[in-house]
Amino acid sequence: MNCRKCDQKAVINMRQHKLGLCKTHFLQWLPQQTERFITKYKMFSRADKILVAVSGGKDSLALWDILNEAGYQADGLYIGLGIDGGLNYSGKSLRFSQKFAEARGLKLHTVDIQHEYGSSIPEIAERTPKGVEKPCAVCGVSKRNIMNRVARQHGYDVLATGHNLDDEAAILFSNTMLWLGNYLQRQGPVLEAAHPGLVRKVKPLFRFYERETAAYALLRGINYIYEECPFSIGAKSIYYKEILNRMEADRPGAKLIFYLSFLRARELGLFAEPQRTTSELAACPNCGQPTASPDLCAFCRMVAA
Amino acid sequence: MSMSATIILRDQEFEIKAGQTVRSALRKLEIPNEAVLATRQGELLTDDEIIERNDVIKLISVISGG
Repeated sequence: MNCRKCDQKAVINMRQHKLGLCKTHFLQWLPQQTERFITKYKMFSRADKILVAVSGGKDSLALWDILNEAGYQADGLYIGLGIDGGLNYSGKSLRFSQKFAEARGLKLHTVDIQHEYGSSIPEIAERTPKGVEKPCAVCGVSKRNIMNRVARQHGYDVLATGHNLDDEAAILFSNTMLWLGNYLQRQGPVLEAAHPGLVRKVKPLFRFYERETAAYALLRGINYIYEECPFSIGAKSIYYKEILNRMEADRPGAKLIFYLSFLRARELGLFAEPQRTTSELAACPNCGQPTASPDLCAFCRMVAA
Repeated sequence: MSMSATIILRDQEFEIKAGQTVRSALRKLEIPNEAVLATRQGELLTDDEIIERNDVIKLISVISGG
């Protein structure tokens, strides 16, 4: 297969777009498309201070690379989760993130959960009822709390995460299976700050398939952690991704259509507004971050458990 | 003379027949095309590429959880 734009051999075939591109043109196309969606969804401008949540994985490092190359003011935040899993997972992820930042002279904030809160994610998960069953839920609550805190403390305008289309479609699939109206209403590439204590969140890579962000990282020579988080083995999100990929194999574009049709339906008002209003959010008496709980927020309750 | 090639995915190695496309080899191994990127000597390959004799095709898994 040859590149659509020149006679060179294509390195990737994006069947959902009927588009094969060579290395040079793919490395132009993906950042151009990212820019297009940043503008289309009014994510941020070059005047904004952006905090990129980096995990050491392909998506977040690819995102940081694209934003940096495009001249955005983007710093990184790495959260050390204290996950070992026999492969020093968190330690390795931190090193990939640090090396990426150092090589480009970028600023990387780091927060080590064990150091700051006295327990690692696996330790918190073990002693909370929610965590024993679903350690990923504990991890999600912790990351959201810390990302918001750091973004506010340092005056960032927006928090950017590396979620790709496969991530978003898998979350949508999961929320749809349970008809979680509140979650469906809020899911999207831009999450506006619903409270003065919350920072806006955006997902600039939400239109790209996972194999495209991986191809970008590979072709750009970005070193990222290849091993999976030990807790993600058997995770529901991976199960849903596999199902969606089976549909994609039969019908190229199925994942993209599923997600974009959802966004359109949401825009047309298919999902009700969440019942909770911003005035019902109060400051957590411990960390000060907005919470719907009348007492400690979910993160502080977990840490204190 | 061997007419085979090798496909590697993480710690698994598969011996396959040369002369077929990447797409065909993946289908026979029941590896979803969407879940991997195929590389030969570090170069990315599209799935219509013919696998030559003695090729070593390294697959990069692209699905991540969390």
